[in-house]
Amino acid sequence: MPAAIPDNREVILEARELTREFDGVKALDRFSFRLHRGEVLGLLGANGAGKTTAMNCLLGLTLPTSGELTAFGLPLQANRIQILRRANFSSAYTALPGNLLVWQNLLVFARIYGVPNPKKKIAELMEMLEISHLDKRVTGQLSAGESTRVNLVKAFLNDPELLMLDEPTASLDPDIADKVRKVVRKVQRERDIGILYTSHNMRDIEEVCDRVIFLHKGKIVCEGTPADIVAQSSSSNLEDVFIKIARDGEVVDESKKEETV
Amino acid sequence: MNLHVISALVLRYLFLYTRTPMRLVELVFWPLVDLVVWGNVTVFIQKNSDAEFGGFILFFLGAMILWDVLFRAQQGVAISFLEDVWTRNLLNVFVAPVRTVEYLSATFFVGFLRILVTVVVMSLVSWLGYSFNIFQLQWWLLPFFLNLMVFGWALGMISTALILRWGQAAESLAWAVPFFIQPVVAVFYRVEDMPAWSQPFAWLFPATPIFEGMREVMKSGTMNWNHLWLAAGLNVIYLALAGWLFVWVLNMTRKRGLLTKFATQ
Repeated sequence: MPAAIPDNREVILEARELTREFDGVKALDRFSFRLHRGEVLGLLGANGAGKTTAMNCLLGLTLPTSGELTAFGLPLQANRIQILRRANFSSAYTALPGNLLVWQNLLVFARIYGVPNPKKKIAELMEMLEISHLDKRVTGQLSAGESTRVNLVKAFLNDPELLMLDEPTASLDPDIADKVRKVVRKVQRERDIGILYTSHNMRDIEEVCDRVIFLHKGKIVCEGTPADIVAQSSSSNLEDVFIKIARDGEVVDESKKEETV
Repeated sequence: MNLHVISALVLRYLFLYTRTPMRLVELVFWPLVDLVVWGNVTVFIQKNSDAEFGGFILFFLGAMILWDVLFRAQQGVAISFLEDVWTRNLLNVFVAPVRTVEYLSATFFVGFLRILVTVVVMSLVSWLGYSFNIFQLQWWLLPFFLNLMVFGWALGMISTALILRWGQAAESLAWAVPFFIQPVVAVFYRVEDMPAWSQPFAWLFPATPIFEGMREVMKSGTMNWNHLWLAAGLNVIYLALAGWLFVWVLNMTRKRGLLTKFATQ
């Protein structure tokens, strides 16, 4: 792997030697990484690789067995509320209450995050995500694509400096997935947000992520820009890299590694 | 504690109740069924007993209304939590800047609102249908109401902690927990009428001195202050223990990684 270019931007999220065991099995094994302000970091791996456990630890939903987690330079557990005010989260696997109207759900979360002038903010974000027409719809009756975009409005409500997106394009058709990727990238660049992004869609990763980490059995197996990782492997694209890691647990082509060094 | 966060969570529950009026029906329907059954039983007993006992027997209706204060407060906490589980919203709440105390405070307030709806309707129906006026308890009604509400909150936190511990399979506890204690807190009969062995247990719960006090006020117009102090003291202990249990179970589910499974199942 080529020597990493030092990133002088502020570190907004850092895991050091994070380990999480479930019944003696290590779902995360001495996992360390840094996310910088304005960077989109992809967390990749097959099912069971440790992505969700990592995300849950970072959100404070699961406590690590050992290791340290800091956000904005503060220990996560001791400063959870302070950190969560500056962060947000969206997942394809959670939903806003389906029995409320879209605007009701968004207003509740805007108030939780203390957003000034919440109605204006909600209207702006809905317009940006091209879902203004959904405000009076019942949340549970939205299509997957609409629901994802409503979740993203919720995720952008507090102008987060740190955003965790868990498979935001899962179950979306290619057209909507493309729109979601473009909006995420646009907002991320405009507001210099640091994003931790998980996805099984390699097109997502190539388009959105500046850097990626591949996990296998809780351990980092490779790390770098999507282009670098493909270049170091014997694969022709990121999807092949993903498959190779999922099956063999490693990816770097030793001959190419020597060439690049 | 951030009042904006609490008011936002309360607003979410209010939206829920206005969006689904069937939930309001639930607040009124079952209490009314109970009231009518007990009201008719009371009328029957009144007609077939002496005048003194016939007047006193109305305490059944008072007991029923006050029991609902406890029950609705408990439900406010437990059902509000379950609403977040059912709508898969729990994860959104737990990854938002919401402190546990703020979350619980919102459910306490929802419990208070649920009590208001139920008690107002029951009081009106018992007054119009059975000539029973709950306000004959006068100012005593306030400490009775407060103590039962606080005990209901404590039971709500215990119910929620148990559901968190055992998962959605245990959600029937949200309705069952108050009825575990109902037989021993002397809601519809005096402590001295209970089996001798069970009487000491009765005084371990703050609801017992309240229901004893209610009957005392209805019968003699006086109240034993020791009963009130006992109820208040026990409530402080129950609230502290229930709060500790809830936080302990929540931390345990985080440590064991069960919170996410529970929130997304």
